[in-house]
Amino acid sequence: MNKRNGIPGIRTVPSTDLPVLKPFNAMPAGQPEDLLFSRWIASTPKWFWFALCATILVWPGVTAAASGYTMTQAFQALWRWIPFIVTGGFFYNVLISFLAMLIGTAFGVVLGLMQISPLRLIRFPAQVITQVFRNSPWLVLLFIVLLALPFEIEIGDKVIRIPDWIKAVFGLCLPIMANIAEVVRGAIKSVPSGQWEAAESLAYTRQQTLWQVILPQCFKRMIPPWMNWYAILTMATPLCSLLGVEELITLSRQAIEAENNRPELLVPFYGFALLIFFAYCYPIARATIALERRFAVKL
Amino acid sequence: MSTQSWTDSQPIVSIKDVHKSFGNLEVLKGISLDVMKGEVVCIIGPSGSGKSTLIRCINALNDIQSGSIEVQGIEVNDKALNKLELRKKVGMVFQQYNLFPHKTALENVMMAPIKVLKQSPADVEKRARELIAKVRLQGKEESYPGELSGGQQQRVAIARSLAMNPDVMLFDEVTAALDPETVKEVLVTIKDLAEEGMTCMLVTHEMGFAKEIADHIYFTDRGVIVEHGPPTTFFDQAKDERTREFLSQIL
Repeated sequence: MNKRNGIPGIRTVPSTDLPVLKPFNAMPAGQPEDLLFSRWIASTPKWFWFALCATILVWPGVTAAASGYTMTQAFQALWRWIPFIVTGGFFYNVLISFLAMLIGTAFGVVLGLMQISPLRLIRFPAQVITQVFRNSPWLVLLFIVLLALPFEIEIGDKVIRIPDWIKAVFGLCLPIMANIAEVVRGAIKSVPSGQWEAAESLAYTRQQTLWQVILPQCFKRMIPPWMNWYAILTMATPLCSLLGVEELITLSRQAIEAENNRPELLVPFYGFALLIFFAYCYPIARATIALERRFAVKL
Repeated sequence: MSTQSWTDSQPIVSIKDVHKSFGNLEVLKGISLDVMKGEVVCIIGPSGSGKSTLIRCINALNDIQSGSIEVQGIEVNDKALNKLELRKKVGMVFQQYNLFPHKTALENVMMAPIKVLKQSPADVEKRARELIAKVRLQGKEESYPGELSGGQQQRVAIARSLAMNPDVMLFDEVTAALDPETVKEVLVTIKDLAEEGMTCMLVTHEMGFAKEIADHIYFTDRGVIVEHGPPTTFFDQAKDERTREFLSQIL
């Protein structure tokens, strides 16, 4: 540094008492993708893990001062319950998010394609459905589906019970469907109109243009927002606990109750819930970014 | 109406009193021109004079309000127009190349004949390689459009259009987005085509090229053809004041 700034042969840094505009190192201008939820998770600093673990570890110690319940006891309780919470609880969070995403994506793609139909009769209802489900609170949709769907279906003389978690899948797949529809529509609209014209002038039909020219280009554009919605959906699955679906939070609450509702247990148990969600979503977020980089193509 | 009734002695493209508006803005105000088979026609004129719109109407990319456009006897201004049949006869090259970025150069050329004309992939590939060689891009078959320069992409776009075996080629300001060094390689390609007897209609700002290649030049301004003629008389003995003014600014 000195060498470059100084006068050759004289090893002093140039200095002045006049006001000087120092080099300004602003962060590079943000991309819209930086606002994505998965981006935000992936960019969590490393110390966050330690801070989270430390809080979980320290909390019982703080509360122990006020009661006879020791830290060791609190963690022994958590340790006892972890297998139950994970296999009977978190497993369902993952299952619900997975199925809701699968069904939501399937319907969302159809809905998104309907939205760009040249026929108003198809386009208009699709737009209405999308806007309604996109702008409804998820919890309300969950309540409606849970209360509207029957407990059991009779097929002939057979009675099939519908478990709550399946209803939760249907409830959550509605907003996902609407949002994926927007992702699909947005991706299609983001393809330059010249691509449509070029295909048209090569005698492609609209269908052929869509499937062979437009959609293959959309696929890559859709992956980051799609994974972003998956991360959001996974984070939303604890909503189901409000409706009594057996999942991570429901079981954590039950476990705390079984341990006599000791306040010292709150942070270890819910902290564990935070950790396990974070541990699940963080790799997904990192993978989203890795995929984005790999698919970054010059147009 | 049908292709059978059309013979080589009639114009391959016949435009009669075409009117076209975008909303309240009338872009074409009664344009008429004929193009014979094998002819090279250049359309020049200031920006916004309706050149590109006219050429896009021939391909039914834009519809017209009144008048008639016939391509080999097919009436374009017809509700029952079979657009696919028309577009098999008319190839088009755009200013922005519009190659499909997810396909290699070779695939770009091969796609339409295989998917649209249902020709056998082996035959199409052989022809596509010949076309790529013809536009002087041997060795670039497996390159993606993003890896090619503007001029190279534009030549792939020409090859892609030729793969459909069109009878008429439309060029819509194909060199306008290129840097001066690569303009020449594209123009050479078009010249080769014209010399082989392909019917070409070009919208261009390359006056020198138009003079060299065109059989007939049309000058449009504010939606009408102001002046037209073979290049020799057009450039040297323009009668209309607007044409002379335009030419003096450009040449």
